[in-house]
Amino acid sequence: MRESSKKAVGVETIGMSMRFGAFTALDDVSIKVPAGSFHALLGENGAGKSTLVKCIMGFYHPTAGDILVDGREVAIASPKNASALGLGMVYQHFTLVPSLTGAENLVISREKVPGIIDWRKERAALAQFMEQMPFKLPLDVKVAELAAGEKQKLEIIKQLYLGRSFLVLDEPTSVLTPGEAQEVLGLVRGMTKAGDLTVLMISHKFHEVTAFADDITVLRKGRLTGTGKVSELSHKQMAAMMIGDQPIAALDSRAPVPVGARQILTVKALKAPDRTGLKTINIGELDVKSGEIVGVAGISGNGQKEFLEVLAGQRTRDAGDVLVKGSPYGASRAEARTLNVRFIPEEPLRNACAPRMTVAENMAFRTFDLNEAGKPISWIRMSAIRDYATRLVEQFKVKTASLASPIASLSGGNVQRAVLARELTGEVDLLIVSNPCFGLDFSAVAEIRARIMRARNAGAAVLLMSEDLDELLELSDRIFVMSDGALVYETPIAKASVQTIGEHMAGHH
Amino acid sequence: MDATGIGLWGVPLAMLGGAIRVSTPFIFVSLGEAITERSGRINLGLEGTLVFGAMTAYAVAVMTGSPWLGLLAAAAAGLCFGLFHGWICKFRGVNDIAIGIALMLFGSGLAFFFGKPFIQPSAPDLPAIPFGGWSDIPQVQAALNVNVLFLIGAALAVFLWWAFRNTRAGLILRVVGDSSDAARAMGLNPNTVRLIATGIGGALAGIGGAYLSLYYPGSWTEGISSGQGLMAVALVIFARWNPLGCFAAALLFGGAGALGPALQSVGVTQGYYLFYAAPYILTLVIMIATSSPSRSLAGAPGELSITK
Repeated sequence: MRESSKKAVGVETIGMSMRFGAFTALDDVSIKVPAGSFHALLGENGAGKSTLVKCIMGFYHPTAGDILVDGREVAIASPKNASALGLGMVYQHFTLVPSLTGAENLVISREKVPGIIDWRKERAALAQFMEQMPFKLPLDVKVAELAAGEKQKLEIIKQLYLGRSFLVLDEPTSVLTPGEAQEVLGLVRGMTKAGDLTVLMISHKFHEVTAFADDITVLRKGRLTGTGKVSELSHKQMAAMMIGDQPIAALDSRAPVPVGARQILTVKALKAPDRTGLKTINIGELDVKSGEIVGVAGISGNGQKEFLEVLAGQRTRDAGDVLVKGSPYGASRAEARTLNVRFIPEEPLRNACAPRMTVAENMAFRTFDLNEAGKPISWIRMSAIRDYATRLVEQFKVKTASLASPIASLSGGNVQRAVLARELTGEVDLLIVSNPCFGLDFSAVAEIRARIMRARNAGAAVLLMSEDLDELLELSDRIFVMSDGALVYETPIAKASVQTIGEHMAGHH
Repeated sequence: MDATGIGLWGVPLAMLGGAIRVSTPFIFVSLGEAITERSGRINLGLEGTLVFGAMTAYAVAVMTGSPWLGLLAAAAAGLCFGLFHGWICKFRGVNDIAIGIALMLFGSGLAFFFGKPFIQPSAPDLPAIPFGGWSDIPQVQAALNVNVLFLIGAALAVFLWWAFRNTRAGLILRVVGDSSDAARAMGLNPNTVRLIATGIGGALAGIGGAYLSLYYPGSWTEGISSGQGLMAVALVIFARWNPLGCFAAALLFGGAGALGPALQSVGVTQGYYLFYAAPYILTLVIMIATSSPSRSLAGAPGELSITK
């Protein structure tokens, strides 16, 4: 069966509509993805991309509209029907089982699995199958031990192993580093060119769309707002189709770093164990001055996360000093308060929020036990917390049903906005940020970057760790590269080259 | 037991015999719990299931005269308890640990209620195989008098270890235990798999209970289990959810549990009560030694509520 369905199939939707009660998630959308093409589906969060894809994959039954596969009208009542037609989906979050090996994951996801698995036979079959694949993967290692890029490749391989010839990729690169993203998309692109595969990719990243896709379809608020060939469209036109006439936050122009600006953060000879406990991270010397953004680039898993955890007080250090404005900093609440240190970690819902507490309570974490004058109070006033949150919600445009909703019910972008509101309000001398725009949509990204830049221009020292090199190049004044637990390269932004940074990230020096 | 004939050698010998005798209920309960926990649920109610199984087995054996029917009845009762736990836990917002504690108390209470009339009469024992026939020393013979259930338990541990990686059912169980999302994406229903896994776990715990009342100690009393069901749950974590590990850990526990009586039998009269606490101290020491503040528990099923 795997051999017979090698050829790519095309998929078309005609007048697809999906209503949930009174809410129209998808309104008369017709898209055409010809066999062997690489099609990008663009749109903001909530634009209906997922709904459209779920209709195609049989998770939802559209209220109206038809689906054509290879020009023939088909009824897709369930994901099973979709797979029988060769349609498969790679989800944004991994659906591999972490404690199983790659081989076990592949075999168990098959439609028919024998009661007792003859591993010798299966392994031989898998080896043969892998020979036709454009990339190699270790299949005998537990999935949990694979890097994100390898996991994503395994997800794609799984779909191909199951005989799928039309793949939906839901933001496939959101968990990958730039290098991994290039590689995975390049391989998929190669397969579409060879006519083995058709791809429909949901994405937020324009540069990926430009580099790999043939055509785009743009959705906004459930309606089709644009379509066309990638080669004939500019990023600006695509952005206009995506967000309409709503203004995008522009980055403030970069104020020059004043000569003799005060040194805010100093890290000296810092040593800490990494998460495996086998290696140590070792930061020789790092300083961040007032009014500058220092970026730290690196492939995930090279110790950035651990470094950040030390600064945030989530991980103990073995040796070394962390000084803020000359005084030792141990990440206690009192120190953070007197030294004006603020922190925007990655995965804010996990690292910076109490998910089940309300939006208002979460926004008050820094200030709930202080009065207006900044003095400790002994009785907490809920009304003050609510007023404070009301002000911030308005100021930072946090979309929430109510201040009393649990913060976990907010979308990713709005959780990040709420955390930004909390962390950027009041005096900020040092701001530590990690992957602030991970998984967020276009307008949220622009706005969050603008806020960080504004904080910098207001005199905050910003330490920015990011796996998105574009983000670092856009925001930083200086860039460090972290590799194998150490800072291996430093460059001012004026002299930064993606090539050199990339080589240091990969550890080729 | 008179150990004067072989002197201090009586201690390790008695511990070996004790390990084999005492470990059997641990083996069954921990293997059952390993299956349940591998599916992503924790069933603390196995203590109650163990006690209820012990009572059921004893009662049925007294009434029918057959220990094997008693064993079957205990397994069936355990299955019901397990299925009940699995069924309740499928509802949203139900916490498996809380339900487990409730079922633990419920099972014990129910067993005491139905078990009252069976404290006096005596039931036939499950058969044992005398592997010690080659020796003239009574202590060796006693130590090597191995109950069939111990052998079945050992075989079951090996079988489960093999089945977790070589059968469809084993892989499905691990998928469900590690990621509900992945399981659903494969078209599996996690609740059904967990229901079955909890049911099997309960049945095995029931068999463990039958061993208690029908072989060692071999009578039905209300204090028959003294927390063995709970310790078996801890044992699964200590064994890192590996069936062979469960077997080894059960032996270790059994051996440690036999230390007190063994010392007493060779004439140590002071402080042997302290040695009765050996299994518990051993648990604490091993738990502390094998865990670390900076590492998470290796091998823990991802869906398990205690490791999330």
